[in-house]
Amino acid sequence: MKSPADIASPNVLTQMRGTDALTAPQQERRRVLGLMAASAALVGAGCSAPDERYLVPYAEGPEQLLPGVPVLYATALAERGYAIGALVETNDGRPTKVEGNPRHPASLGSTTPQMQASVLQLWDPARSSVLLNRGQIGLWPQLQTAIESQRAALEQSAGAGLHILMRPSTSPLLASQLERIRQRYPRLQIAVYDPLASDSQPAGTQLAFGRALEPLYHFDRVRVVVTLDADFLQGQPGSVRYARDLISRRIPDRGADMSRLYAVESTPGLIGALADHRLSARPDQIEALAYRLADAFAIAAPAAPAQSPAARWEQGLLADLRAHRGACLVIPGDGMPPAVHALACALNEQLGTPGVTHAYLEPLGYQPTSAAGSLDSLRMLTEAASAGAVQLLLILDGNPVYDAPADLQFASALARIPQSLHLSAYVDETSAACTWHIPATHPFEQWGDLRAYDGTTSLIQPLIAPLYGGHSAHELLDLLTPLQASEDHAQLQALWRSRADADFDQRWRGWLRAGLIDGTAAPAASARLQLTTLPAPQFARSPEAQPVATAPAAAVGSAPAGRAVQLIFAADQSVRDGQWSNNAWLQELPRSMSKLTWGNAAYVSPRTAAALGVQTGDEIWLEQNEGSGLPRQLRVGVWVLPQQPDGCITLPLGYGRTSAGPVGDGVGFDAYPLRLAAAPWYGQAHARRAGTRWSPALTQRDQTLHGRDELLPLATLGQFRREPRFATASEDERVPDHTLYPAYPYPGYKWAMTIDLNACIGCNACTIACQAENNIPVVGAEQVRLGRVMHWIRIDRYEDDRPEAVDPLDTAGSARTRTLFQPVPCMQCEHAPCEEVCPVDATVHDSQGLNLQIYNRCIGTRFCSNNCPYKVRRFNFLQYSNQSVEALKALQNPDVTVRRRGVMEKCTYCLQRIERARIAAELEHRGVRDGEIVTACQAVCPTQAIRFGNLNDPQAQVLMTKASARNYSLLADLNTRPRTTYLARVLNPAEPDRG
Amino acid sequence: MADSPTPVAELRAGDIPAGWSYRSLTEKITYIVFYRRSRLPWFTGLALCLLLSLMFCAAVGYLLFNGPGIWGIAIPVAWGYAIGNYVWWIGMAQGGTFISAVLLLVSQTWRRSINRSAEAMTLFAAVMAGLFPILHLGRPWFFYWLAPYPNKMELWPQWRSPLVWDFFAIAAYLLVSLMFWYAGLLPDLASMRDRARGRLTQVLFALAALGWRGEARHWKRHQTAYLLVAGMAAPLVVSVHSVVSLDYAIGNTPGFHSTIFPPYFVAGALFSGFAMVLTLLIPMRRFFHLEELITPAIIDNMAKVMFAVNWVLIYSYVAETFTNFYSGDPYERYMSLDRLTGLYAPVYWIQIFCNVIATQVLWWRWARRNLTVLFILSLVIQLGMWIERFIITVQPLHRDFLPSAWGAFSPTRWDWLTLFGSCAFFVLLLLLFVRLLPAISIHDLRGQLHEQYGSSAGKPGQQSGQRSAEQPT
Repeated sequence: MKSPADIASPNVLTQMRGTDALTAPQQERRRVLGLMAASAALVGAGCSAPDERYLVPYAEGPEQLLPGVPVLYATALAERGYAIGALVETNDGRPTKVEGNPRHPASLGSTTPQMQASVLQLWDPARSSVLLNRGQIGLWPQLQTAIESQRAALEQSAGAGLHILMRPSTSPLLASQLERIRQRYPRLQIAVYDPLASDSQPAGTQLAFGRALEPLYHFDRVRVVVTLDADFLQGQPGSVRYARDLISRRIPDRGADMSRLYAVESTPGLIGALADHRLSARPDQIEALAYRLADAFAIAAPAAPAQSPAARWEQGLLADLRAHRGACLVIPGDGMPPAVHALACALNEQLGTPGVTHAYLEPLGYQPTSAAGSLDSLRMLTEAASAGAVQLLLILDGNPVYDAPADLQFASALARIPQSLHLSAYVDETSAACTWHIPATHPFEQWGDLRAYDGTTSLIQPLIAPLYGGHSAHELLDLLTPLQASEDHAQLQALWRSRADADFDQRWRGWLRAGLIDGTAAPAASARLQLTTLPAPQFARSPEAQPVATAPAAAVGSAPAGRAVQLIFAADQSVRDGQWSNNAWLQELPRSMSKLTWGNAAYVSPRTAAALGVQTGDEIWLEQNEGSGLPRQLRVGVWVLPQQPDGCITLPLGYGRTSAGPVGDGVGFDAYPLRLAAAPWYGQAHARRAGTRWSPALTQRDQTLHGRDELLPLATLGQFRREPRFATASEDERVPDHTLYPAYPYPGYKWAMTIDLNACIGCNACTIACQAENNIPVVGAEQVRLGRVMHWIRIDRYEDDRPEAVDPLDTAGSARTRTLFQPVPCMQCEHAPCEEVCPVDATVHDSQGLNLQIYNRCIGTRFCSNNCPYKVRRFNFLQYSNQSVEALKALQNPDVTVRRRGVMEKCTYCLQRIERARIAAELEHRGVRDGEIVTACQAVCPTQAIRFGNLNDPQAQVLMTKASARNYSLLADLNTRPRTTYLARVLNPAEPDRG
Repeated sequence: MADSPTPVAELRAGDIPAGWSYRSLTEKITYIVFYRRSRLPWFTGLALCLLLSLMFCAAVGYLLFNGPGIWGIAIPVAWGYAIGNYVWWIGMAQGGTFISAVLLLVSQTWRRSINRSAEAMTLFAAVMAGLFPILHLGRPWFFYWLAPYPNKMELWPQWRSPLVWDFFAIAAYLLVSLMFWYAGLLPDLASMRDRARGRLTQVLFALAALGWRGEARHWKRHQTAYLLVAGMAAPLVVSVHSVVSLDYAIGNTPGFHSTIFPPYFVAGALFSGFAMVLTLLIPMRRFFHLEELITPAIIDNMAKVMFAVNWVLIYSYVAETFTNFYSGDPYERYMSLDRLTGLYAPVYWIQIFCNVIATQVLWWRWARRNLTVLFILSLVIQLGMWIERFIITVQPLHRDFLPSAWGAFSPTRWDWLTLFGSCAFFVLLLLLFVRLLPAISIHDLRGQLHEQYGSSAGKPGQQSGQRSAEQPT
């Protein structure tokens, strides 16, 4: 019998890396046993000695813990370096589910999809588990020796040649640690690079206020919002909160004036789908529009081309802005040039109310040394490395070999650095190019702190001992100081002890419990507008940016064949810049605008596609010979999107990974090789038909309503005021009164749900939260193509062009169809068609009105799915749940059955949560109170679109939402009597009346 | 009795040409089992069917190991070939029962030379039909949960589900078919026993004949029993396929939810069953030289019945489509339009060609008596009826209520393998049947001879010319 220590030796652990969440090969029995033993040893024994003082092994059960009762720990997860508060559910010490922290300002109880997926990331068996030195297994002491041997020389040269490359971070602990190191090595250079960071934003505030500042918006106090290629509903540090704030002003039954949203987009996104007025425009047109706006409000700016392609739209916008002066906000996009950001600042000073609608904060993130921005700092590092001036480079997380702009040629510069250390959770592209790879801890395995978008600081506390023996950034940085490294926990406490007044220990416990440190929100900076001169529009309208439909074919000669197109680079909605590539949940999460999973696609407008002679499913070549180096070519799959502006091709980043792990490798195409440092968001290329095809893995193939408008009733605010019950106006839209069977009274609980389509932004958080809560397996691209995705709540997307849906101001007619979202979980019909046809009573109704699925009893006739008009049932056509990887078993929610093949499954209204609350209530001899049961989808929803509760409780919120005039049932005339109902969408276009 | 024998082609349906005796009839039929040397075509067919049947077994094994995901089914089209095949097979079986039971009850004597093979076909087709609903399940090993057996959990089937009705319908049908077939076979098994020469065959047939001695009492009871079973089988002809149709009609999917389905399905079943009997009889008649026993008049009658039910079917097609439009329900209308013009429209129009256009040739007498035409037509009808079931199962499901959930079904190699494998297994059973059991009812034909020629029948030499094509050596 081996001791755990032997089993946990690196050899066994490297074997573990080979196993795959999805396609785990049939391994030989011995190896499986070995892996199981290794995992057991890892989980049970814990590896890193220092943590054991705070993380107690379960050999002696802590007395306050009850087996089977989950414990929530408050911590925070980073979104681009900023904290979003989280409560992580642990079951017997295993983190299994992330919830938002209701007390945290950036969360208010909700999370991003990525936060939901972070538990899968934690348990991912493909995570790096071993330290590597030039590809060979190394040990931490070896690394220590290697650094120590260099330290003397570095200290003598005051740190010349010592560089640190990190991702953006707001951690006060990291900042203080870096400051200490900088004192020791004054010539240390720190670069901060994030491929998705916007350098325009600090540069723009610099232009406007004379120094870099961070804007903070209060969308709940805004009447008119204008976005200029800015999708603030996702991917921003404040996105979750911003979505909540924005939607709080967009519920028409609440009486308050409904806010109006104008979105100008070069890439269709969630904000455009939500907007009352949406305009597709090329980046240069958006820039020109910003200049014209500035001009209209007498802001000193160089004149923009006066001619507007959407003059009526702009006039409408201007009129609205003038009418609501003091309650408007203009939000510039990350890719817009600094001048547009500066103009937006100036506009907001006029149109908004500083201090009410928005504020500016001193930068919260760690700033790179002597560089003008994130990209600039990376460029300086690359130049230094190419010149041979870098002796030792520490890369703290991040994957620059993969995601640095192509023309920087970071990889070849990195190869010239004699000693490079890469701390990351996966052995990725950068790890392979560095001399050392150090496995990183997951945020759930370490101590730390982070600040939120408004400055509020959260403590990060470990929930489990490092599963794969990782190290934190703090540990790695400690190698640079000669003193005996102190633990992260001690450092963190020391830092905050120095900032706290008396009674630190008690406060510390309070902070850990609350998940944030009170009173750390950043004060608004006093910013005085000092906009003097602005540069001329940067995206001068080049001939290449002309719509391809009218552009002549490229001249023969040196120019590459094909039509000139403008490239737009965007973060992928799921895998972002590529850091989530190995996460199967996120890979299988359909992108909101295309319903595409497992890959990315080049989004092309219909006219551009026609000009190129392609359609969805075809591939095109993109060729670039601008910038330095050889012409670059990329073959990409086409996805035709009606809202895409003509001549613009959007390329989502984060795909085409070669060293992401077994899940993410080889999925999609890598757009980074076409991304240049000079213009990281918008590029140029020539496109031509490749003649080859690709096969998108879609969860929804048909995205039009086929005239079935009754599925999604729509009205403008004016129509709604005149006819509040527009959604149930015709008889077909009402539940019939008659039925053959006597009504069942449901005397006790009567669970029901409403989904407010005015609040739903289509962000997918509910889908992935449900997946995490209910042990829903991933099926892989091939099974998705076949139509076997397992999500219990899906978000339907429709293109609609009925009169109410189209933008009345957009006369261009290019992209007038509106994107509508509709989340569809099980309707929990009172007259459930599925129940009648099950031959073995495997799906039945309970006394609370729940439509139950009994997995044990199901024999898999699939009749229930056929008979479900909503097609919300999901069948295990094959063995989908992974039963062979131990780490993934630990991830499962113990309260939910893991389904085997051959059985049907579907949304249960989170039955396990209902039962938990019922049991708790019964123990106290009372009924379940409203709000005690929160379904997973409801909890995660950033905009609180989903309400759940007991219809027999007169205080229940769901009773109030059901009472809304907008309440309607999907396919009501089938008399299924769904318990899940919808609140119909009401738009607020500027044109007051259209009959 | 005519002086010169009537030509075979002009005999009334069911009549046996002059010159046959009890003895020569018996010898003619038993000869096929006992003496006729198996020839190359039979061995080739057997080998081919055996091979395909083995592949069928492999496909089923693979299915049981991996799950129904090896097929092309998904959400929303959760039913695919397995259900289509099932309806196809059970429909085919119906036609056989109609020939043997209903025609018996209405005293159609022309059934006598074809009922045995029709019954055998019924039984084998019902066996194939019984297999598919089980293979279709996600967890096939629990299929018996559909049966109301007493258990500690006190769980019973859910009686509102048409699948439970279906379970009983198939089970009853299989049992009655087997009883009916066996009851009809009993006197012939005794004849076989008496003619068998090898000890083993004698013992086996003797055991199977259950001590039949041909006494008058035996005959009397046999006739009563046979009529009783026929009386049980006849309503099943209508009920089984009606219940099968309810698997669809009870569902609320547009294209499933239609009250015309029970008669529509029964008509389709009879249609395909008659076609299948033709598919079998025509080669059998030729290979075993049964031209005088299976006369053109019989074939003509079969074609007429087939054509009659064909028109009921055509009416159903029209009525279903018309009602869908007439209902005003947009979902029903969309479904019908999609059937005519959508993704599966080419397949649907093949169905219309097979089941509506091609069959119009039966208006002409020459076609009804031209065996080549009929044989090809019967195969075309089999194809058409299989497509009909495919369309009924797949097309309404692939586009139902919410466009977001729409999908498409495309079969995998395992779908095809189970379909063709089941056909091969069916043919294998038939090939074995014609060589192991009397393929034509001896006692029924003896009865016919008696009815036709009175008491003089069966005495050799009294009729003009002894007819017996092949004599045992």
